[in-house]
Amino acid sequence: MEEPKEFQNYTINFGPQHPAAHGVLRLLLELDGEVVERADPHIGLLHRGTEKLLEHKTYLQGVPYFDRLDYMSMMSEEHTWVLAVEKLLGIEAPPRAQYIRVIFAELTRMLNHLLFLGAHGLDVGAMTMFIYTFREREVIFDIYEAVCGARMHAAYFRPGGVSRDLPEGLTEKIRTFTEDFPSKIDEYEVLLTNNRIWKQRLVDVGVVTEEQALDWGFVGPMLRGSGVAFDLRKAQPYDAYDKIDFDIPVGKNGDCYDRYLVRVEEIRESCKIILQALDQMKPGPVKHQDFKVSPPMQNDQENKMESLILHFKHYSEGFEVPEGEVYVATESPKGEFGVYLVSKGGSKPYRAKIRAAGYNHLQAAKDMLPGLMLTDVTTVIGTIDIVFGEIDR
Amino acid sequence: MTPEKLENLATFVAEKFPNIPVEREIEAIVLRVEPEQLIETMTQLRDDADLNFTMMIDLAGVHYPNREKPLEVVYQLLSVKKNHRIRIKVSTTEDVPVPSIIKVWKCADWWEREAYDLLGIRFSGHPDLRRLLNEYDFDGHPLRKDFPLAGRIEMKYDEKLGRVVRVPLDTNKTKSEPFKRPGREAYVQN
Repeated sequence: MEEPKEFQNYTINFGPQHPAAHGVLRLLLELDGEVVERADPHIGLLHRGTEKLLEHKTYLQGVPYFDRLDYMSMMSEEHTWVLAVEKLLGIEAPPRAQYIRVIFAELTRMLNHLLFLGAHGLDVGAMTMFIYTFREREVIFDIYEAVCGARMHAAYFRPGGVSRDLPEGLTEKIRTFTEDFPSKIDEYEVLLTNNRIWKQRLVDVGVVTEEQALDWGFVGPMLRGSGVAFDLRKAQPYDAYDKIDFDIPVGKNGDCYDRYLVRVEEIRESCKIILQALDQMKPGPVKHQDFKVSPPMQNDQENKMESLILHFKHYSEGFEVPEGEVYVATESPKGEFGVYLVSKGGSKPYRAKIRAAGYNHLQAAKDMLPGLMLTDVTTVIGTIDIVFGEIDR
Repeated sequence: MTPEKLENLATFVAEKFPNIPVEREIEAIVLRVEPEQLIETMTQLRDDADLNFTMMIDLAGVHYPNREKPLEVVYQLLSVKKNHRIRIKVSTTEDVPVPSIIKVWKCADWWEREAYDLLGIRFSGHPDLRRLLNEYDFDGHPLRKDFPLAGRIEMKYDEKLGRVVRVPLDTNKTKSEPFKRPGREAYVQN
């Protein structure tokens, strides 16, 4: 008989530079053969001190920092910030601006979920998906560019509205794209939904029960994948969402496959929302008409001395925000993205705490991963849909 | 939340917690809790059928240097079932720890680590209170109001030692010295 051999668990570093880590995730994995025994995510490699920086910037200068948090859903993040500032000021954006924001928040949701589909496919081995989804992402980037001049970091939403009205012909472009888009989603679904390998990799992997999801503080598609029909757009509507009719897709089993289905269905709902918003939108101002908050009109700047002074003051000093504190949350593509904003008067915030949507999802990885195979680690990381810009801040 | 809903919740909370004053902020209800009552209050907020706060959605630390108790922990709770929110505040000092609520909600783990890392708030009963966002051997707590925006140290390459060293940040020097290249002087003179 052979002598019994001694085996030892070994620990590996998954990342910080790993193509499937979606950025700079350092994941310490203790392995027993190919089974994960213990996982410890280390974050902070992309920490840029956004919260500290925001305390030193005016409210308007804070907007571009939000683009750079979750750099895959730029305008959704801005949305939370401008809504928080508006709530402190006690103002509301004019109706047209609200509809524009809804349209772009939903376009951003598509942008984010398309990247999710592509990258998740790439992680699991469906290489083609990445090329397909980037084809459509390009069109959305063009729409972004038309409206604000930048392809990604838009800084388009402003406290009290949006920076400028839609250029001529853009509504038609958005409409054609959105009407055509469901056929593209069908293409993706042909590639993935009933694909045998895709199902083998995703079904019953990373199962999260409803109870666990609430305990871990899951939000967005991660929560809805586990069967909780909670969507801030419906539950606590902001901007024009209360005037729009849409459904909340909900998963059943809480595994990676359900979360994939939820996200695909969400893109379809986004199309519905955009088309309704385009129909309901009427011409009108896109900035709050109190020019203490929004910059003066271009025509006035050229003809009136006071407006020129106001314009200068608006962009250098910023506007005054009354004392108070708010917590505002919106349904970003990854879930509830919130800002806890404390103002002590003046044009700069006293404290701005950012509640990143993916933060809780990633910390739950240490409970989700043990017991899974090493190959399933990439599936779980993919289904979480993490972006380190928002987690590390 | 609609005003009626807010009023309803305020009366509910006042009934359930007679000892805790209910404060009002912009469209929100705030409970200011003493550290000793924290875990008990949180558990009751979670388990009570009328309140049913299923989730701790956010934990923020704030530094108010002029207060008697300069550090404040702000919890945001959300009920998915009842669809309402509440804010809980705990004030503390640097030396007095706040009880960790990791037993009530698992997700408090990283949020508490972050508050410790960025503001130096201590949590008693947390199993693993390490730094989270900053580097492992970072000195100081950056979100304190007395921490300078540019930081306290800078890193540069030391030619003699042949490695990167940390030196105290010289705040008088606004720009780093221009990189000297051999032959550059002659070019500049012309």
